[in-house]
Amino acid sequence: MGTKKSLVSRREGAEYDEEEVSHVPLKAILLADSFASNFRPITLERPKVLLPLVNVPMIDYTLAWLQSEDVEQVFVFCCAHSDQLISYLETSKWFTQPNFLVKIIKSTTALTVWDALRTINYENVIHEDFVLVSGDTVSNMPLSNVIKEHKDRRKKDSNVLMTMVIKQSKPSPVTHQSRFGTDELLMAIDPCTRQLFYYQENTTHSEEFISPDKAFLTDNHSMCVNNDKQVCYIDICSEEVLRLFDENFDYQHLRPDFVRDLVKGSLLDDIMSYKIFTYEIPSSYAARIDNFRSYDTISKDIIQRWTYPYVPDVQFHRNSATKHERCGIYRASDIDQSRSAEVGPFTVIGNGTKIGNTSKISNSVVGESCSIGSNVSIDGCYIWNNVTIEDGCQLKHAIVCDGVVLKSGSVLEPGVVLSIKVIIGRNVLVPAYSKVSLLQQPTKVDSDEELEYADSSSSITYNPSSSEKLDMVSKDLKTEMMESQLCTASEVGSDGAGFIWSIPEGSLEGEWRHSVAPIPPEKLSEISQRINAELYINQDRSIVPASGELEPDSISDVSDDTDSDKDMNAFFEKEVDLTFRRAVHENTDDDTVIFLLNQIRMPLLLHAEDCASALFYSMMKLALDTPHSSHNELLRNVSSVIKKWKNVLKTFMKTIDQQFEVILKFEEMCSESMKEYSRIFVEILHLLYEKDLILEDAVIRWAIEKEGADESDKVFVKKAEVFIQWLKEASEADDDEDEDDDD
Amino acid sequence: MPDVNALVNDFVTNLKKRKIEGSKSTAKITAELLRTFISHQRLPNTNQAGALIEAVKVAGEQLIAANPVELAVGNIVRRVLHIIREEDVSLTSAAIGGMSLAAGSDDEDNWDNEDHAELSAASVAAAAARSSLRPPSLQTLLEDVPHLTAAPHTSSSGGDSESKSRSADKSSRIRKLKHNVIEAVNELILDITTCHEQIAEQAVELIHQNEVILTLGSSQTVLEFLCAAKEKKRSFRVFVAEGAPRYQGHELAKELVARGLQTTVITDSAVFAMISRVNMVIVGAHVVMANGGVVAPVGMNMVALAAQRHAVPFVVLAGIHKLCPLYPHNPEILLNELRSPSELLDFGEFSDCLDFGSGAGSPLLHVVNPTFDYVPPTLVSLFITDTGGHNPSYMYRLIADYYSADDLEVRPRSTS
Repeated sequence: MGTKKSLVSRREGAEYDEEEVSHVPLKAILLADSFASNFRPITLERPKVLLPLVNVPMIDYTLAWLQSEDVEQVFVFCCAHSDQLISYLETSKWFTQPNFLVKIIKSTTALTVWDALRTINYENVIHEDFVLVSGDTVSNMPLSNVIKEHKDRRKKDSNVLMTMVIKQSKPSPVTHQSRFGTDELLMAIDPCTRQLFYYQENTTHSEEFISPDKAFLTDNHSMCVNNDKQVCYIDICSEEVLRLFDENFDYQHLRPDFVRDLVKGSLLDDIMSYKIFTYEIPSSYAARIDNFRSYDTISKDIIQRWTYPYVPDVQFHRNSATKHERCGIYRASDIDQSRSAEVGPFTVIGNGTKIGNTSKISNSVVGESCSIGSNVSIDGCYIWNNVTIEDGCQLKHAIVCDGVVLKSGSVLEPGVVLSIKVIIGRNVLVPAYSKVSLLQQPTKVDSDEELEYADSSSSITYNPSSSEKLDMVSKDLKTEMMESQLCTASEVGSDGAGFIWSIPEGSLEGEWRHSVAPIPPEKLSEISQRINAELYINQDRSIVPASGELEPDSISDVSDDTDSDKDMNAFFEKEVDLTFRRAVHENTDDDTVIFLLNQIRMPLLLHAEDCASALFYSMMKLALDTPHSSHNELLRNVSSVIKKWKNVLKTFMKTIDQQFEVILKFEEMCSESMKEYSRIFVEILHLLYEKDLILEDAVIRWAIEKEGADESDKVFVKKAEVFIQWLKEASEADDDEDEDDDD
Repeated sequence: MPDVNALVNDFVTNLKKRKIEGSKSTAKITAELLRTFISHQRLPNTNQAGALIEAVKVAGEQLIAANPVELAVGNIVRRVLHIIREEDVSLTSAAIGGMSLAAGSDDEDNWDNEDHAELSAASVAAAAARSSLRPPSLQTLLEDVPHLTAAPHTSSSGGDSESKSRSADKSSRIRKLKHNVIEAVNELILDITTCHEQIAEQAVELIHQNEVILTLGSSQTVLEFLCAAKEKKRSFRVFVAEGAPRYQGHELAKELVARGLQTTVITDSAVFAMISRVNMVIVGAHVVMANGGVVAPVGMNMVALAAQRHAVPFVVLAGIHKLCPLYPHNPEILLNELRSPSELLDFGEFSDCLDFGSGAGSPLLHVVNPTFDYVPPTLVSLFITDTGGHNPSYMYRLIADYYSADDLEVRPRSTS
């Protein structure tokens, strides 16, 4: 009562500040439908928010948290399987709590968050700031601070639309996904005001360009770009959010559609610019279960007590009395555990569960009234209620739903999901990442609207008159079960029941990313290898200044014989060749080509002469590839190519050194890869000289360098002897002339 | 009635969500809640005390289950049960005394243990009856020797003539019992609120001039105790171990400095280094168990061991609401609570260590954040309660004064 009094007085104090007489209750909208299909096939039979998370339905975590944070009215929006949800809430205590009103808003047609928020808007129940969460959020964060911050901001600026709760969480450097299995998130936040400028999910590491609205930059904002923040899916919204959703049809989901457009300023920018702010929670916990990976992660966080006081041994809900033992073992009071059974660390065992001899359970959650036979090994699994596991089964990183029967000797490989009441036959091995359900996989794949609905045969939720339908469906289920027992004997064993869902094309990638099983080491090494190659480039890119020439000394000699350099040179030549070909093909103008070539060159820390050599090589190759019959024709080809691209080439061979390198390269080409040119070596050299691409000094220097070389190396020098001689004479003549002029 | 249930539920929810912390506030709220609960309880004409005890037990079981670690809840529930028993006995005996008649036979079945009831009915003095309810303590033994020996055992002598007077008496007794119980609970609440002062009064006798006192964490009782000594012009210094991970020691240091005490803040790990300079360790407790062991904030056992090593007196201050009639050997009672690891670590910084997507899929990093330590009675030199200083070995006797042995298990009769 003491705390109650203090709460009341605090609230009154706050109101006094606002000079309001009436008490405004804090309201929350809880979306009890994820509008996604990540939890299929389980969600075909049960709403996602009722799935047990460490033996407690997800929605209870959210409601318990909202209640303890003094939210007084919660509007639960439910859509798919709304009957199940409503009947659950009715049997639970949530409707009878003092100062905590749970109201259900039911829709049968909502397909997206947009539909949901529009429906709520029509209900006309919210006229002030509210908390928007989804029913699968686990949190223990205090709400009062963030709400106060939001209200203060709104007092100053009525365009404040939303305050998003974020939390630091580093993404994996290898897979570029967060620990919750979601993609890396790029956010640009003003470090002072915490305003959000940029929001981008799905950033692929190769294209790390962000382009926030220039207006933000002109306002002299400072900006901090983060990729280690995690959105908690808890938002403090102004009532305008509902209105905006009502007026705009493009926002199927709050994130990323709505937020991204909003921060880009493209939304209604003609009317006014709304602002979104962020609030980082320092120590408390908040996360949303989005996929199987986050289900696994959050379960482990709960077992490790990050979500305290919402942990198994605290009875925040109807959950049975559970005792917390050493090493994160939670055992309910009434367990029948064999003496020789081993319960390993970080394991939760629910009430009324039996565990047979020499079975081993570790890192797992076992629900209530399960029966586990002897010699069973369970590692990293989530076993729900009333599951029967017979002797000798082996389970690794699997989700086993209510009422599943595993006949003796069956094996579940990592990532398996067994939906409700599936039966796995004797000695059947269920392959990794497979999903087994009594319901057949919906054949019709909705392209963009993925829902928790079942396919047409069992879509009860479309029909409001549900009770009869439910029976029908259960009958359907039974008949289907019978059918499945007949027709899918091969899939899950002769005495099993269930369909193994095929993994749709292209989403195989997503399977291991989002599965409950840890990412297999082969995959990790595969990705890291792939990324290492790219990372190498990226790192270099970050070292090299964005523009300007490199210091010649920065790398001693690029043409070192080390393997990496060779690789790099080969890579570079290839890239240059590709770029050049594309330029020829698309007839790109010179400046662009130069820019593109520089783009390739800079990150690799290569010099202009390398580029010139590579480019020259490409040009010669092009000329060679152009059909020709005689040397004269080839020469003509070369001259036309050089004529066309000489400006480009010129930019990379301005100095004598660069020109000298090109001559060396040309010589090498003639002697190795393109012997055709050896005949017309001198002619081409002359051509280059004529086009002012090579100055006489470069040629003379080449000749001088080559003087001391082996005989074999002198082939081309000898060939060019006449030309060199002529050049020397010409230069002397020039000198003479100069002298003459001086005189 | 429903609003009382709502209050109980509310309190249960708050306890479950760990929103109420600290044994003193918990004790006070529990006592206040039980007072409201009792005052709203409608009692039957017969067997009021039994009914009241049952009702309190039902509520009490809920409250205890809500947060089994917060033993103060159970303590207060047991205290209130004991108060009801005592008041009932005193009423019965008073009535009997007034009528000079032994009329226990009717009430016999109301009692959990009938021989006690008979005895009490027979004995004329209320004090004697009280003493019969509890295991013999030194005080009661000394007080009541003559009565106990003199009490004649006469039962089943009720007649028709008395039945009339008794029924008339009953209606007044119902009101009286409730009234008396509420009065007594009020006293209990007063005791809880003023326990600091009574403990603090003894400060001057313990803290001497120029001494160095060490304490760990923060305790209101310790603060008042030290300040009381300061007010009596004692000049001494205080070392405050900060009490990681909640660092309540910082708060205490702030308070102490505000009141003009010479304060030094040290880390918990520096306790052993500093203990040789310390004259006395004075700490608060979460709960004092029946064997004299102490459940105290984490780190206390280390301080106690350090104090023992250097033969520094280890003094524990505990209000009477912290005395728990249970023994720590009982596996049924929880002595510790593991709180969120976020008090130790920054989740964001360690989020990559907790990425279960890669590696074996099992958590390699485990953070343990216990709230309490258990200090065995051998390490405690002295307990200071509001009734004075006591040896650890004397605690069970003190507890016998406050609790009835029948209430050790708070469980309604129907379920047990």
